Amino acid sequence: MFGGIDPALLIASLMVASVPILLAAIGELVVEKAGVLNLGVEGMMIMGAVCGFITAVVTGSPALGFLGGAAGGAGLSLLFALLTQVMQANQVASGLALTLFGLGLSSLLGQGYVGIKPPHTGVVPFGPLADIPFFGKVIFGHDPLVYLSVLAVAAVWAFLRHARGGLILRAVGESHEAAHALGYKVRRIRVLAILFGGAMAGLGGAYVSLVRVPQWTDGITAGAGWIALAIVVFASWRPWRVLLGAWLFGGITVLQLNLQAAGSGIPVEYLSMSPYLITILVLVIMSSGRGRAALNAPASLGQNFHAAR
Amino acid sequence: MTAAETGAGDLLRIEGVTKAYPGVVANSDVSFAIAQGEVHALLGENGAGKSTLVKMIYGLVKPDAGRMIWRGAPFAPSQPSAARSSGIAMVFQHFSLFEALNVAENVALGMETPPPMRELAARIRAVSEEYGLPLDPSRMVGDLSAGERQRVEIIRCLLQSPKLLIMDEPTSVLTPQEVEILFQTLRQLRSEGTSILYISHKLEEIRTLCDRATVLRRGKVVGACIPRDSTAREMAEMMVGTTLTPPERRATEKGEVALGVSDLSVASPIPFGTSLKAISFTVARGEVLGIAGVAGNGQDELLLALNGELRVAPDRVRIHGKSVGDLGPTDRRRAGLVSAPEERLGHAAAPNMTLTENALLSGAVRQGLTARGFIDWRGTEAFAEKIIESFDVRTPGTHVAARALSGGNLQKFVVGRELLQSPEVIVINQPTWGVDAAAAAAIRQAILDCAAGGAAVVVISQDLDELLEIADSFAALNEGRLTKPRPVQGLTIDEIGLMMGGAHGMEVAHHAG
Repeated sequence: MFGGIDPALLIASLMVASVPILLAAIGELVVEKAGVLNLGVEGMMIMGAVCGFITAVVTGSPALGFLGGAAGGAGLSLLFALLTQVMQANQVASGLALTLFGLGLSSLLGQGYVGIKPPHTGVVPFGPLADIPFFGKVIFGHDPLVYLSVLAVAAVWAFLRHARGGLILRAVGESHEAAHALGYKVRRIRVLAILFGGAMAGLGGAYVSLVRVPQWTDGITAGAGWIALAIVVFASWRPWRVLLGAWLFGGITVLQLNLQAAGSGIPVEYLSMSPYLITILVLVIMSSGRGRAALNAPASLGQNFHAAR
Repeated sequence: MTAAETGAGDLLRIEGVTKAYPGVVANSDVSFAIAQGEVHALLGENGAGKSTLVKMIYGLVKPDAGRMIWRGAPFAPSQPSAARSSGIAMVFQHFSLFEALNVAENVALGMETPPPMRELAARIRAVSEEYGLPLDPSRMVGDLSAGERQRVEIIRCLLQSPKLLIMDEPTSVLTPQEVEILFQTLRQLRSEGTSILYISHKLEEIRTLCDRATVLRRGKVVGACIPRDSTAREMAEMMVGTTLTPPERRATEKGEVALGVSDLSVASPIPFGTSLKAISFTVARGEVLGIAGVAGNGQDELLLALNGELRVAPDRVRIHGKSVGDLGPTDRRRAGLVSAPEERLGHAAAPNMTLTENALLSGAVRQGLTARGFIDWRGTEAFAEKIIESFDVRTPGTHVAARALSGGNLQKFVVGRELLQSPEVIVINQPTWGVDAAAAAAIRQAILDCAAGGAAVVVISQDLDELLEIADSFAALNEGRLTKPRPVQGLTIDEIGLMMGGAHGMEVAHHAG
C-alpha cells in the first residue's frame, strides 16, 4: 500500500503541510486560555493569506510578506476584540461573522492578484547538515516558518507554564471575576491575547498563499481554520498535543495525496475526507473519558466580562 | 487598654465617604476609624453597604465624596495593587481563587512581586505552619474544602505582612472547629500588631473576637459599640432598626413517614462536586429535618437527587411509600414534593422571565395552570399575585423580570411559590441565604406553618442558628455522607461540630504563646 512512497519525503512534507494549522491553532490556544472563544480563525487566516500575498508581490520580499500576513490577521482580530471586549457582543456570533467577513473582504482585496506567482521563500541554509542521509531531508531542508512554528509551540508552552504573564493569562481565563478582584486588567489581557491569536492565524494563512500553494485564489485556506479550532479543543488546550494533532493532520493529508497519485484502490472521496476524520477521531479518543478539570478547559471560556460595581 | 480608646494611633480613618450607584446610595457620609492592632467589626445586614465600603478601601471602587486617611496621610488607592503595596490585604467573601490552579499559583497571583515558585512553596509551608493553618502548596484548589480554600486566601495575605487585614464574612463556610482555628490565628495576628477589619452579621462571633464595632444600616453609620459589653440582641436591633420576634413554634404531632430515602448513592454531575454516599433518612408528616454541613459537602447534589433532577433507582426515594427515585421533577411534584434550590437566579428562577412566567414554571402541575397544552394566564397571574401578597415581595408588579428583584425579595418569591402549592414534602436548600433578618424570620415562620399543616420538611442550610431554631431533628452532610438524624433537643454545639466533620482533619496545635 505504501509502495513507491519515500518515508523521508513523506515526513518532510507533512511538516510543511501542517504549518498553517499549527500556527493558527497555537495562536487560538492562547486566546482560549485567556477565556475568549474566537471562531473567526478561518477569516483571520484568509485575511493573512491575501495580505501576505499582496505584500510579498508588491515588495518582492517573502519576509515582509509574512509580516504583512500577520498584520492582516491581527487587524481583523482587532475588530473582534472591539466587538467582544469593548462592546460586549456575543463571542460565538462575532467569531462566525468575522469568518464570513474575512472570506468576502479577502476575495475583494485579492481580485487583481489571481494567477500571479509570489516570490520564492528559500530554505534555511544548514550547509553540510542538509547532506546527512534521511535526517538531512527530514529536519534540515525546510523554510524558516517550519522551524518558527515548532519554536512557537515550545515558546507558548514555556510561557503558559513558567512565566508570570502566562499564569496571569490562565487566571483570567479560569475566573475573570477573581482576576478582576485581585486587580488584573481582564479586558486588556484578553485584547492582547486576541491580537496574538490573530497574528498567528494570519501568519498561517500567509504560509498557505506564499509557500503551500503558492498563489492566490478565493477561499484558499479551505477550512484549515476550522481544523485548527477543533485541534485546540481536542488537544485539551495543551501545546504539545496541538503539535501532535497538527502533524497528524498534515501527515494524513500528504499520505492520502500520495496514495491518490499512486492510484490506490480506495475511492478518492474517502481519501480526501480521511485527514479530517482521522485527526478528529484520534484526538476525541485521547480526550475522552475524563472530567472537565482533566480536560484542562478554561472555566470562563466564551463568557463576556462586565466589571460590575 | 488599646490605643483605640485614647484616639491616637489610628491606622485608617474614613471621613464622610459617600458612594452612589444608579438608583441606590450604597454608602452615605460614612465615618469611622480603625486603630493600630485592633479587631474592628463592621456590622450590618445584606445590602447595608459593607462590601462597597471595603471595596473602596481596597481600591476596587472609587468614592464619590469623602476621604480616607492611612497612617496620617491622605489615601486614595486607584487599584488593588496600590492598596496592597500600602499594606492592606483582603480575604474575599466569595473567594477570589482559581480552581484549576494549584495553591502556590493562586498565592502568586495575589502578590505584587512573587518569588520563584520553589521558594514561594517553601514560604507558604513556613507561614502556614507558623499560624497553624497547614497547607500543601502543590494541591489543586478545586480539590480543597471551603475551609482550606479560605486558608489559601489568608496565607496569600499573610505573606505580604499586611498592616490591615480585611475579612469579608469569613466564617460563613466554616465548621465551628474551623472557626475556632481561624480566631486563634486572628488573635495571634492582633498580638503582633496587625489591625483587622472584620465584616460579619454573626453577632456571637463578633462578641468573642472584636474590640470595637461600627454598625451600618442602609449605607449609613447608625451606631458603634464595644461588642463585649453589648448583648447580641442589642446589636441585632441596632443593625435591623426594629425589634425582632423569633419564629413561633407550635408543638405538632408527628404523623406517618412522608419522605423516605434509603442507601442513596449517586455521582455528582457538578465539576469538582461531591458524590452522595449511602444516604438514608426518613421525614414524617409535621417534622422538620435540618441538614447542616459546610458548603460543597453534597448539599447541591442531595437537593438534585431529592427533587428529581438527578434520577436514581426507583426504591431509593419514596414519597408516602411510593417509589419515585426514577421519576423526574414534574412527576415528583405531582407526587407531592416541591423544592427550592440554593441558586436563586438561573436555578430557582429564570432571570429574564417575568414573575408570572416564573410562577408558572414550577406551579403548573400542582396549581393546574395548564389545560390541554395551553397556559391559563389568568390563573397563573392570580397565583403570582397570591405569592407576592402572602410573602410581602416588594415589586412593582407581576410583569417584572425575576432578575430585577433584589436577592431577598426574589428569595421570598421562590420560597413562597413552593410553599403555596399545598405541598406534602418540602425540600429547601439555604432558605434564607442573603436575606435580611426580618424577611428571614418571615420565611422561617412560613416553613414552620407548613410543617404544622402536616408537610414533611427537609431544610438544608449552612446557618446553624437557623437549623437549631426551626428543625425537630438534625443531621449533617460531610463529604457526601449523612450522619444519623438526631433530635435537636439536647444537642451541644460541640457535638454538632463533630457531626459536621470537625476541622476536616486539620486539628493543629496552635502555639500556646
